[in-house]
Amino acid sequence: MAETIFTRNFHLADSHTLERYRATGGYTALDKAFRMEPAAITEEVKKSNLRGLGGAAFPTGVKWGFIPKGSTAPKYLVINADEGEPGTFKDRYLMERDPHALIEGMIIAARAIDSHLGFIYIRGEYVQPWRVVSAAVREAYGAGYLGKNIKGSGFDFDIVIHRGAGAYICGEETGLLSSLEGKKGWPKIKPPFPAVKGAFGHPTIVNNVETIASVPHIINRGAEWFAGLGTRTQGGTRLYSVSGHVAKPGVVEASVSITLRSLIYDHCGGIAGGRKLKAVVPGGSSAPILTADEIDVTMDADGLKNVGSMIGSAGVIVMDETVSIPEALMVVARFYAHESCGQCTPCRESTGWIYKMSRRIVEGKGRKEDLDTIIDVAKRGAGTTICAFYDGAVGPYVSYIEKFREEFEALVRSGTSA
Amino acid sequence: MADAARPEFTAEQLAEVQRLQLLYPDKRGALLPVLHLAQDAFGYVSLEVEEYVAGLFDLSPAHVHEVATFYTMFFKAPVGRHVVSVCHNLTCHLMGAKTIVEHLQRRLGVDVGETTPDGRVTLLTVECLCACEVAPMMQVDDRYEGLLTPDKVDRILEGLR
Repeated sequence: MAETIFTRNFHLADSHTLERYRATGGYTALDKAFRMEPAAITEEVKKSNLRGLGGAAFPTGVKWGFIPKGSTAPKYLVINADEGEPGTFKDRYLMERDPHALIEGMIIAARAIDSHLGFIYIRGEYVQPWRVVSAAVREAYGAGYLGKNIKGSGFDFDIVIHRGAGAYICGEETGLLSSLEGKKGWPKIKPPFPAVKGAFGHPTIVNNVETIASVPHIINRGAEWFAGLGTRTQGGTRLYSVSGHVAKPGVVEASVSITLRSLIYDHCGGIAGGRKLKAVVPGGSSAPILTADEIDVTMDADGLKNVGSMIGSAGVIVMDETVSIPEALMVVARFYAHESCGQCTPCRESTGWIYKMSRRIVEGKGRKEDLDTIIDVAKRGAGTTICAFYDGAVGPYVSYIEKFREEFEALVRSGTSA
Repeated sequence: MADAARPEFTAEQLAEVQRLQLLYPDKRGALLPVLHLAQDAFGYVSLEVEEYVAGLFDLSPAHVHEVATFYTMFFKAPVGRHVVSVCHNLTCHLMGAKTIVEHLQRRLGVDVGETTPDGRVTLLTVECLCACEVAPMMQVDDRYEGLLTPDKVDRILEGLR
């Protein structure tokens, strides 16, 4: 079994405490980072091939490098803890069981980008993670890891914890920033990118919880070690959230190079009840669906891209042979219709209409031409909107119908629900 | 509980509003946290609450209305003493969310979106709460409850007074 980084303390009842974190080597990366030049920290993260683990898989060190050089404006570090991608729950585990890894990672990242104020944007429904992270931040202040002149380094850094209030779109980084500024969570047109003009109009880096929790390990053990855990283009292990019809659902830590088959059969006990696998959504609901024949793919960003899907948030949703794919599409379409922020016309209109059509199909009132209409409407809107939300909806709309077309056709022909 | 028709924070709550506003480079950043505070204090975010909160931020009531109505967690009308929100997204759907919703509707005698006549429970369906490993699941006030069966739902309901 591959080395574990994130989950090594998860089994300990007090893994969320400062005492346990320090007893297992916590906050030693910070000492090391304080002896490094900020640019050297960014360079180390670049070399580690760490890529964003929230969904976009963008190289983290490269992102940090986008902060304008020599800018004297305040810079902010914002943690995207607005976990909301259906099928994903790994950031909840990290926040509840290893919050100090997030805090230590934040301080190191802040030093790299010259930020003295960080925000953790936690989805409003996550009350327990919010309580645990709040307690950990208080502990960190008490021990001198946050605030003025951290551990005599001369570096100041404060953390504000901000609760969201229920809106999937706030997981999109510019929507998140709008929300943090006290507005509805409407995404913003890029450029300017947040690194140039972000929160409150200042240079801002937005990173996912797991991404930042990787940073202390990279600093402690070196970029080469981290890069070596993964593939040529993506370093590290990561947390997979596996749910649905597997025998043992849960969070699994494994290399980014693991295959989907191994994840399901070696780590999660295979399909529950001895039934057959039908389909898998490999990276949260926005990732195009894979059939049972396509699970030998590796779970790194490029591996899944090569088979026309995406790793996204690494939320793996497993469906056995009893599942009606048209019903699954209706459920997913309802979600996108509900969560479209309404700013861009193609998204607002298409998500609503496609939900109506998918429901009509399931209710046995569908027409044969509905299938091509959904695909046509979906594809026309792709790439025309301010943010990636709609493109994320197009993935399931098109792939569910194209890969399970016979099942949809039987439904519109017979006029009966599956 | 204070009155959502004539909202007014206590001195202690006003101090908390001020503390929150000072945490942000622009005090408007504290709008969501203060709306949470207001909902805790007044039960829901009425038009009067929106107007009152707007005054604390030098914002127009229209701006606060736009924000409050954008987010699902701010209630626009009174809710029961307990709010039960069942996830009906993909994994919970696969694992039987429909049965759980139907069971709750029968037990409570209300439809989704309604409150029991005694004001005890409001029943809602929600999108993914990101606890898919224990699907089907629901949120009961602040708490996540997973691996639901009709029996387990009954036991949870008994605990809600």
